[in-house]
Amino acid sequence: MRNVRTEREEMSGAAQYSDERAREIIAAHMGLEGPAMPILHALQKEFGYVPDAAVKVMAEALNISRAEMHGVVTFYHDFHRAPHGRHTLKICRAESCQSMGAERQARAFLDKLKLDWGGTTPDGALSVEPVYCLGLCAHSPSALYDGEPIGRVDAEMLNEIAAEARD
Amino acid sequence: MVKLYIPLDMAAVAMGADRLAAAVAQEAAARGETVEIVRNGSRGMLWLEPLIEVETPAGRVGYGPAKVKDVASLFDAGFLTGGAHLLNIGIVEEHPWMKKQNRVTFVRCGVIDPLSVAEYEAHAGFKGLTRAFEIGPAAVVEEVTKSGLRGRGGAGFPTGIKWKTVADCPPGQKYVVVNADEGDSGTFADRMIMEGDPLSLIEGMLICGYAVGASKGYVYLRSEYPIVAKVFQAAIEKALEAGWLGKNIKGSGFDFDVELRIGAGAYVCGEETSLLESLEGKRGIVRAKPPLPAHVGLFGKPTVINNVLSMATIPMIMEKGAKHYADLGVGRSRGTMPLQIAGNVKYGGLFETDFGIPLGVVVNEIGGGARSGRPVRAVQVGGPLGAYVPVSLFDLPIDYEAFAAKDSLIGHGGLVVFDDTVDMSWMARFGMEFCAIESCGKCTPCRLGSTRGVETIDKIRNGIDVDANIELLKDLCHTMKFGSLCALGGFAPYPVESALRHFPEDFRKPALEAAE
Repeated sequence: MRNVRTEREEMSGAAQYSDERAREIIAAHMGLEGPAMPILHALQKEFGYVPDAAVKVMAEALNISRAEMHGVVTFYHDFHRAPHGRHTLKICRAESCQSMGAERQARAFLDKLKLDWGGTTPDGALSVEPVYCLGLCAHSPSALYDGEPIGRVDAEMLNEIAAEARD
Repeated sequence: MVKLYIPLDMAAVAMGADRLAAAVAQEAAARGETVEIVRNGSRGMLWLEPLIEVETPAGRVGYGPAKVKDVASLFDAGFLTGGAHLLNIGIVEEHPWMKKQNRVTFVRCGVIDPLSVAEYEAHAGFKGLTRAFEIGPAAVVEEVTKSGLRGRGGAGFPTGIKWKTVADCPPGQKYVVVNADEGDSGTFADRMIMEGDPLSLIEGMLICGYAVGASKGYVYLRSEYPIVAKVFQAAIEKALEAGWLGKNIKGSGFDFDVELRIGAGAYVCGEETSLLESLEGKRGIVRAKPPLPAHVGLFGKPTVINNVLSMATIPMIMEKGAKHYADLGVGRSRGTMPLQIAGNVKYGGLFETDFGIPLGVVVNEIGGGARSGRPVRAVQVGGPLGAYVPVSLFDLPIDYEAFAAKDSLIGHGGLVVFDDTVDMSWMARFGMEFCAIESCGKCTPCRLGSTRGVETIDKIRNGIDVDANIELLKDLCHTMKFGSLCALGGFAPYPVESALRHFPEDFRKPALEAAE
């Protein structure tokens, strides 16, 4: 039922890391005031995660210590420190979705995949992350699959996504 | 040619609006019908999404919730001329849900093409800014103050006072920052206005920048809203093209630019000082106040920081005058509040109304009660830091002071409905867990208190020393409330205390099965 891939971000297209490419990305943002967040988003978009090497290059470019840069990267839930699954499913576990049984449903799904929150399937196909509200609270429970919003998620839809991610 | 409207709103898309729009276009082509499909914002009747609207001589006729499988039958029924169909809801503007509202902030949302500057102008857009240019900066600040507008982000601080503080700072670099980090569960008003009427936010920022002497505005948007990011960025470009942003706007001599920045999944960045830190490229750690952001804000410069709804309401206040807005509402809660009805509820959506409407009316009459068909047991008002309100308090009017008097808050206007299957000790535990996950870590009551809170509630749920641990939990809540640096730790006790106060039986079940 969800066969039109319009808005998907394909994680499998992530580029191989190089310091040179990281420097280019950083340089493209240096004209901004407070460029760290836009750079981190751009690095993650390019490489699929924010490698340690990139943190080092970034610290040099921004003229701050590596420790400080490390602090920024690790503060935010969105930035991954290691390669992620090819697909990402974010399942909402905030109050509104809980009022419609999201917690139990998500737990059963995770158990089935033998994953915990934030885990990736052994074949590297799917990462399942918690998210705290997608603003789809009139259609709880909700989820976001590779950037595509989904309302009124049920167990069948979750299983479909897991199967699709493996293809 | 027939004009059709199918929302680009994220909730509509989550229910299949993109696939529906593609199917309608395909079916129209196959049948040789010429249609123009406008991707509008949502009207807020979210249970009807995706809602197709067809422009007819009698008005816009709605069909919803429409699925791809309904498309052929809609064409067969002659929906292009407003024909009868099971999904036909009649003229959208005449729908009881719409008729009962007083749409001020959301007056254009769902009505116009969000990315058409011409349509925005045709619906009174930029009239507020034009008037601002006529009356001058000081009079604008005066007008906003007189309107009684209070920050819609949650704290309810008078917007005019914030603006005056920044306007009174010596000339130089100043900033306008919009807080679009709408992280509260049960809220989606910022998302809807930015998808459905983004130019109103841009106009509000322009008026603010003009009033306080700032030439640069930032919008800090949460990363969980990918569609907003696309729509709002496109709106900035449209406004630039039309000469409503940039240098010497419409010959006024006023320069202003707007830049969109995306957060990275930290709830605490909805707290204004943490948001500023994040914009500067740092960890989103809360700053101690004073100094206020109005004096020492973004990059140390005087900064107005307002919520999306506050800012998007400014154009209308400037257009129609302060009195028009101040005449709405009750007590010190002036104007309208866009309420967001969510959770286990039959008719979920956005309902904008004057302050003063009783909570029970919103939940039962407008929201239609629980979607599950079971009795409603509790409503969490104001997001994850808001109190759980029991049915016995359903006569409470939507009013900042009335809620505060009952140790509750309105916050950003989100209502999450729970039926009688809810386990309130579990929800209290979740409140503490959420605070532990999202705490920025700067102050001890929030950083440690939240984790101790989870542990203590676990003991209570497991029947260990229940009386002593409930006392301990209450004491912990008191410490967090009065010892935390910001609203995250300071308000996290509200859901916990309200659960304890109104639903004590849920903390004294002999053998609680884990809700996980």
